[in-house]
Amino acid sequence: MNDKPLRIEDGSVNFGSVEVFRSLSLEISRGEFVAVVGPSGCGKTTLLNLFSGFLKPASGTVVCAGRVRTVYQQDSLFPWQTAAQNIAMGLRGLSESECARELKEMLDLIGLEQFAEHYPHQLSGGMRQRVELARALAGATDILLLDEPFSSLDYLTRLRLRRELARMLKELPRTVVLVTHDIEEAAQLADRILVLSDRPARICRELQVTLPRPRELTHPLVVKTVHAILAELGLEKDVV
Amino acid sequence: MSVARGFGEEVRTGRLLADLVASLFRVTTGFMLAVVLGIPVGLWLGHHVRSRFALLPAINFFRSLSPLAWIPFAILWFGIGDLPAIFLIFMACFFPLVLATVAAVANIPSVYFRVARDYRFSGVELLTKVTLPAIAPQVITSLRVTAGLAWLVVVAAEMIAGRDGLGFAIWDARNGLRMDLLIVGMIVIGFIGMVIDRVLTRLTKISSIRWGYER
Repeated sequence: MNDKPLRIEDGSVNFGSVEVFRSLSLEISRGEFVAVVGPSGCGKTTLLNLFSGFLKPASGTVVCAGRVRTVYQQDSLFPWQTAAQNIAMGLRGLSESECARELKEMLDLIGLEQFAEHYPHQLSGGMRQRVELARALAGATDILLLDEPFSSLDYLTRLRLRRELARMLKELPRTVVLVTHDIEEAAQLADRILVLSDRPARICRELQVTLPRPRELTHPLVVKTVHAILAELGLEKDVV
Repeated sequence: MSVARGFGEEVRTGRLLADLVASLFRVTTGFMLAVVLGIPVGLWLGHHVRSRFALLPAINFFRSLSPLAWIPFAILWFGIGDLPAIFLIFMACFFPLVLATVAAVANIPSVYFRVARDYRFSGVELLTKVTLPAIAPQVITSLRVTAGLAWLVVVAAEMIAGRDGLGFAIWDARNGLRMDLLIVGMIVIGFIGMVIDRVLTRLTKISSIRWGYER
């Protein structure tokens, strides 16, 4: 088994004449939770597209060893399937009895047993994102890519879902890359935070947060990290 | 009063039923042919951008032709009876169905295909588990529209290229100056149109399709 399942070596990406990445290098360890923050349009989602194989780099190599699932901002559940059927998509390939058992466990984990037969349009935004997470975490996968998964939710639901994600990852450990605009979210969830610069994006700062999850939003270390990110983005003064 | 009497007369002689069956048979056959051929063509064009650009103008051309303009050809090629009516109904329904399916396919959010890739759907499964359910609501709406169209066309077709059917009955009544029978024919046609739409509306109540109408 590879202990650096996600790797970019010297990767460059261009969209026409726009340089998104110029020789970017990045390694992510097995089981690590990495958050990527940065100004809008700096190429955060492009990074995920590289890992998911949706996009090929113009030069350099991208290694992605393992089964990848992506959670999108919103509305990527299949609306013609119930919550249970959507989650069961993540369990394809398992025998029927195994699938039923795991499905029950997943529904249990997200607390939506009673909504198993509901269709996505009958669920609230928070419930839908829970189902998305469950679908992506169900079955044998290694890598979870999160593309601003909570950005369409209201603040309180977002806080709640951060806790739930931390709890789910405890049960079902994965290598996670989270792309987000939400700096608090990054500080509260990630082991390592990459702050990207404007295009062509480079990693202008790496921050480690060595604190077990789930973390309190107001934990001094989390607050300190939020401050460090904001300072790096030029939005707060860098007080030492 | 005279309409009611005319209705009774038509039912007693069995002519109304015979006409109704003849018209329904033509509509069903022509419409089904259009569905069976139109939806696959629409799917194919929806997925292939190049062929879409190449063929869409032609489809729009034929769609703009009133099916009634084909009546002389229909008679020339198929004579009198079931075939010309079926041909005209097909011509009326096929092109709008193709266009509606193309539009529905083009409207599928690309994120569904990315999800399908993540979860290893491919080939036939991609079609039956992703594309078809994703376009179902829109296609059903266009089925309702084109079924109505088919019912309009059959009447016109039978007036000119028929020896029986509800359209011919109306034409016959007109020639015989039987306004009562003419109105009987119109009422039956309108009523059947309602029933057809009711049946197709049923489809929108299926639980895996309802999402398209409730969002």
